[in-house]
Amino acid sequence: MAASEAKRVLLVIRHSPYGSSLARASIDLALAAAAFDQDVSLLFLGDGVLQLCPDQQADAVGSRNLGRLLASLPLYDITQVYVDADAVTRYRLDLAAAPVTAQALDRQAISQLMGSHDHLVGF
Amino acid sequence: MIYSLLVMSSPASGHCAMTAARFAQALVARGHSIKRVFFLDAGCCNGSATAVFPQDEDQRLEPWVTLAEQNGVELVLCIASALKHGMLDDSEARRYDRPAATVHPAFIVSGLGQLVEAVACADRLVTFGG
Repeated sequence: MAASEAKRVLLVIRHSPYGSSLARASIDLALAAAAFDQDVSLLFLGDGVLQLCPDQQADAVGSRNLGRLLASLPLYDITQVYVDADAVTRYRLDLAAAPVTAQALDRQAISQLMGSHDHLVGF
Repeated sequence: MIYSLLVMSSPASGHCAMTAARFAQALVARGHSIKRVFFLDAGCCNGSATAVFPQDEDQRLEPWVTLAEQNGVELVLCIASALKHGMLDDSEARRYDRPAATVHPAFIVSGLGQLVEAVACADRLVTFGG
């Protein structure tokens, strides 16, 4: 890798888990970044919080289970996982049962989080 | 300034991919450097050598080919997305026993690591579509 200095990258994930191939692509990018020792954080925003639904039955729609993939994030040393608190409330999501531990942030904290990174990659 | 571009929009839907190509042209004209343009998801179809657009519309492929051939801009299609969209270069077409390559030779088919590196090396990452 020819990168001169480590960049802090935030992946902003707005797609629900089985409505778009970009949902899977965003998690694949997180894993690829971790494999190259990049400092990567994840923010599930808006409909993207649905990726944190517990007990996803992906086989019912003929897809691979995204929740299971999310559960593997700590194995790749991806621990900076954040979630949009407003959307969690709107979808009545039980974060305690989510496949990966995520910290809920209000709008102001999300704004600060975005400001503290060098690059945002928006999906 | 060093830029990297991430293109996720299909050339067949909306103007987003065209905007990306025009943005890349503007960067070159202003003297900026482009580390890489990475095409993900439906964005991979921008590398199609076989797609046919109506003659009275702007051509989608030609601006990218010009950027690659005349300005040395590296164009990379995500291999996982490319295969799903039927975008195969010569070696992938042979590997999967398909009748022909569909990717224009100005484009490279490679992995997500190329996007990771493009992000790490850039002062600015600009995303189109998604």
